[in-house]
Amino acid sequence: MSEPALKRTPLYDANKALGAKLVPFAGYEMPVQYPTGVLAEHKWTRENAGLFDVSHMGQSFVTGETFAAVASAMEQLVPADIAGLSAQQQRYSQLLNHEGGTLDDVMITRLQDDGVLYVVTNAGCKDADHAHFAKYLPQNIVLKQAHDLALLALQGPKAEAVLTQHAPTLRELKFMFSEQLTLGGIPVQVSRSGYTGEDGFEISVKAADVEKLWSLLLRDLHVKPIGLGARDSLRLEAGLCLYGHELTELISPIEAGLQWSIAKRRREDGGFMGAARVKQELRGGPARKRVGIKPEGRAPARDGTEIQNLDGRKIGVITSGGFGPTINGPLAMGYVEAAFAGVDTKLNLIVRGQAMAATVVKLPFVANRFKR
Amino acid sequence: MKYSKDHEWITVEGGIATIGITEHAQSQLGDVVYVELPKIGSTITANAAVATVESVKAASEVFTPVSGEVIATNNELSGDPALVNRAAENDGWFMKVKLSAPSELDGLMDKNAYDKFVAG
Repeated sequence: MSEPALKRTPLYDANKALGAKLVPFAGYEMPVQYPTGVLAEHKWTRENAGLFDVSHMGQSFVTGETFAAVASAMEQLVPADIAGLSAQQQRYSQLLNHEGGTLDDVMITRLQDDGVLYVVTNAGCKDADHAHFAKYLPQNIVLKQAHDLALLALQGPKAEAVLTQHAPTLRELKFMFSEQLTLGGIPVQVSRSGYTGEDGFEISVKAADVEKLWSLLLRDLHVKPIGLGARDSLRLEAGLCLYGHELTELISPIEAGLQWSIAKRRREDGGFMGAARVKQELRGGPARKRVGIKPEGRAPARDGTEIQNLDGRKIGVITSGGFGPTINGPLAMGYVEAAFAGVDTKLNLIVRGQAMAATVVKLPFVANRFKR
Repeated sequence: MKYSKDHEWITVEGGIATIGITEHAQSQLGDVVYVELPKIGSTITANAAVATVESVKAASEVFTPVSGEVIATNNELSGDPALVNRAAENDGWFMKVKLSAPSELDGLMDKNAYDKFVAG
């Protein structure tokens, strides 16, 4: 029996040279950690600037005759306000199925070129997303997966100082906006966004140029390479959803607490796949809700852990759980019946057959520091 | 010191075994953030899962290579689980076991054999 060969990002050799431990992730051989380890990488990103190779993620361009045409087509598939994007503005949204479950969560940017949307999707979903777009976008909308692009993320309080040495205008770039420019002579598209809760940037660059850009950024003493292990603990502390965990084909954006990503016009008018469930849950409240959970003591509760109420009845399940280096203790997110979703609700987590006390807490665990 | 295929080490003195995880195991696990140890006084059976090591990334079970009664566990690990990373094969020990079947030791590897086993 042979497993399908794992794909590699254009930084595979560079990651190996840095001593990265490579593991299979979403069909790719990805760096889970570098020699300093997850704890040190996590802390480095919170205090300095962490550089992530996220080239496994999907990057696509969706093009229409005009912005209005492409925005209206996209709005059939996502609940966010796309028509209201200004040039270079980016939004977080979800691709929903007919039942209002989530096929993927995505970042959508209106580019300077009129009629072009730039879409970033999860690695594990990108082929299915492409098929979904191809099936449901109208004939006059052109869809292109950018296989020749790589993606880096530079995250942390020193990210701005690092990047503005190469491009001073980035100081003015606001959270969830993007800009096309050059860094050290390399053409890039930079957006002020990320997945750590810190200020930071995501940099789309030609695969052929990414190693040069990676080396250029790592030359700065405030920058260290950070693996997927710390990426996960950082996003968990930031209370951000991970597709396949907090979001699945069975979970709606309202259950996930993502109402903020759905504008008033879209809530009222609907007109997107899955709108019936979204509107119904906005009206009556969802039966289950995503919550932050703080286990008492030191033992982490992992993905799949059963959540019980104090009477021993199963009321939910942990979807992500681990250890938060910044809060220096265990933390988790999960879904519970709506009646148990209030902050300070006491719960039990069943870890290795033992009930472990825990409390529902407000998300995020670590306050975000976006540059709004 | 002897070693198991599940990456535990064991030393024996006067019928009392000290057990921990190997340097190789800790390097594979990464940063240890929590260790769950068996109860003192509990009886354990060779090859059973008796402890859990939680790293930032995942939980891993620790198997005892020998049978017997747990007579002590390492208190240091509750306040300083990273001791397992810093000193896996000495100060980062997990438990002391009063052996009930010392012949189980015969099936374990010496350092040379274990190093070869790890190298594959």
